[in-house]
Amino acid sequence: MRPVVYLDNGATTRVDERVALLAAEAMTVAFGNPSSAHRLGVEAARRLDEARQRVARAIGAAATELTFTSGGTESNALGFYGAARAARGKHVVCSAFEHPSVLDAAARLKALGYEVSLVAPEPSGAVDVARFAEAVRADTAACALMLVQNEIGIVQPVAEVARAVKAKAPRCHVHVDAVQAIGKLAVDVTAQPIDSLALSAHKLHGPKGAGALWLRKGARVEPRQFGGGQERGVRPGTEGVPGLVALGLAVELAERARPEAARRMAEQRDRLWALIAARVPGARRHGDPSRAAPHILSVGFPARPAEPLLHAMEARGVCVSAGSACHAKDKRPSATLRALGVPDDMGTLRFSLSRDTTDEEIGLAAEAAAAAFVELAT
Amino acid sequence: MSDSPSGEVVLVRWGEIFLKGGNRAFFERRLAEAARRALAPLEGARIERLHGRLLAWPGPDDPGALRALRALEKVFGVTSLSPARVVERKLEAISAAAVELARGEAARRGRPRFKVETRRSDKRFQPTSPEVSRLVGAAIVGALDLPVDVHTPELTVGVEIGTEHAFVFGSSVPGPGGLPVGVTGRVELLLSGGIDSPVAGWLMLKRGCELGATYFHSFPYTGDHTKEKVIALARKLAAWQLADVRLAVVPFTDAQKKLRDTGDGRLAVVLYRRMMMRVAERIARASKAQALVTGEALAQVASQTLENLTAIGAAATLPILRPCLGHDKLDTIAIAERIGTYETSILPFDDCCSLFVPEHPITKARLDDVLAAESKVDVAAIVDACIAGVETIVCSA
Repeated sequence: MRPVVYLDNGATTRVDERVALLAAEAMTVAFGNPSSAHRLGVEAARRLDEARQRVARAIGAAATELTFTSGGTESNALGFYGAARAARGKHVVCSAFEHPSVLDAAARLKALGYEVSLVAPEPSGAVDVARFAEAVRADTAACALMLVQNEIGIVQPVAEVARAVKAKAPRCHVHVDAVQAIGKLAVDVTAQPIDSLALSAHKLHGPKGAGALWLRKGARVEPRQFGGGQERGVRPGTEGVPGLVALGLAVELAERARPEAARRMAEQRDRLWALIAARVPGARRHGDPSRAAPHILSVGFPARPAEPLLHAMEARGVCVSAGSACHAKDKRPSATLRALGVPDDMGTLRFSLSRDTTDEEIGLAAEAAAAAFVELAT
Repeated sequence: MSDSPSGEVVLVRWGEIFLKGGNRAFFERRLAEAARRALAPLEGARIERLHGRLLAWPGPDDPGALRALRALEKVFGVTSLSPARVVERKLEAISAAAVELARGEAARRGRPRFKVETRRSDKRFQPTSPEVSRLVGAAIVGALDLPVDVHTPELTVGVEIGTEHAFVFGSSVPGPGGLPVGVTGRVELLLSGGIDSPVAGWLMLKRGCELGATYFHSFPYTGDHTKEKVIALARKLAAWQLADVRLAVVPFTDAQKKLRDTGDGRLAVVLYRRMMMRVAERIARASKAQALVTGEALAQVASQTLENLTAIGAAATLPILRPCLGHDKLDTIAIAERIGTYETSILPFDDCCSLFVPEHPITKARLDDVLAAESKVDVAAIVDACIAGVETIVCSA
């Protein structure tokens, strides 16, 4: 069945046609290897450099500080795990609701003998600056915090946390996962004392398999792979030019559209919530609305399991995510949601918007949610 | 697999078919058909029927016949396979090939103790089999000075003499055994996304059954990832059936809701299973299947006690075959791993939110209670509605 309403842009987005064309051209016309000495190689290198400039401009960085990667997971692996491995200390800190690419890296570090401190979110859905800083010690090697939490869409106080961390441990590497933030919030890496920042193309109308890590000049990370010296040795291997030129254009387009798109998405998000709240008795909006990113709405449905709600919406042509992992044995909400006080029998759906979301889609999604809620009455 | 034996042809042997007396010709024909289907994807490969053997000629892209060998390893009824050299039916030619084979083996593993085993399917050939073995063995000793050991050989050089060719081979690989698919009849498998039911289906294929499969889909409580997983499992079974598997997807949510609403939630699983049997039976009869097959193992879960199996079985008029009944879970997992269904079965898209299943289902359902619960619903209408909603998917290997 063809989805008519796509409100799962937090999972991935539709690739912008202009971006897809640029990627196709890099595959069929400018297909050279950027390391080749001949003109085709030079042309590929030029396009790659242009992409780097585009990403750098969008986040206030220098192009030389950008490492291209395969996406958010790899950027987080380099920026958090790789930074911890490159430092002397054996302690790391991150929020308890980081993306699995950070949490699983922390678990791996723990297995390697590191101490790991996890900072639980407050009921608002944000971490508390003082509590985060409290977890940091003089010997903390690295810490990580996402700018927009992916499940509930709450903006984290990254700049404040970074300042508090640096005040206590100036050498602690501060990594920011901005995968859900680019194109939705203004991001300026120079405005805050952070050391690395991860972003991904497919969350902003670019293709899957392309991302970048901004790494402050002088910050050190241990590479995860070895080879021909590309990306200054941080991430060797022939560059994925088609995906990366697409990343560059996608970031530029997202940033250009952002002021207007963010305002519209925030309005649509609030209207969606108002429509659902009016139709679904006992529905709960997770997290402090004043801290919400413009594109994510996380809603709890009382006494309904999450995944059947998702499928019941799907049957009505509306694609969303279940806001909690749902396992055969453990039907409880995720740790993130429980920390926010979400009751065990409340199923949560994540509605995530994009700059292409229409007002009509918002209305259809609210109707589908209300109907799914009724269908799944027990 | 660098040590995979290679040859110009593959000799295919079978076993139990010999036991079947008057049906032997029929069984042999079905085996040859199955072998031909197994080789169909390999361009230029063909099957030749010899007396008591099949001979597989590989295609031009398959030097060493390794791909043919891999394909034939999935043909039920085959007990063993040997990649072999084809030579003229002359003692000198046979001896020369045997010496060459033994030379290669000697280079790989020192000085293996060896023997020669000869079989003549054409008894007109002279000398006799023991004499051929002795003469070929002497040639190997003469050329390579390998030690002979007829009791515990490290290398057995096989010689087979047919009506047109002779064959020389150094090793055999086991086939899956069993009987050619289709010789014992047709069954309908109740296939879920779990570990057991694909194994149950495979075991029936192995006993020569042709297979259709029925899957009960509880949308929206179960998502389409689960359906895709069941389709993937049906495709794995199709690879062993050497033919498409017809999968009937039954929409089951409404039936479950009606049965749940009859009252005692602890009976729910037994009521669901009984309804599944009725629906599967209708599908089975429509496709001329003679029995239902499930992956149930005795006492593995609450619905699989003797009492519950009895209550479930009472809803069916066709026999319910349960080839995994006596398995420990690990037995079933071992087969699932071998036949390639395990990795698919453990993908995390199972009945994620089995909302209608209570924490503590009843373990000793009484048929009276079950019938009383079912009297509150229109069983025939539920079955009809399930059948009316069936989606048929043809699953190819």
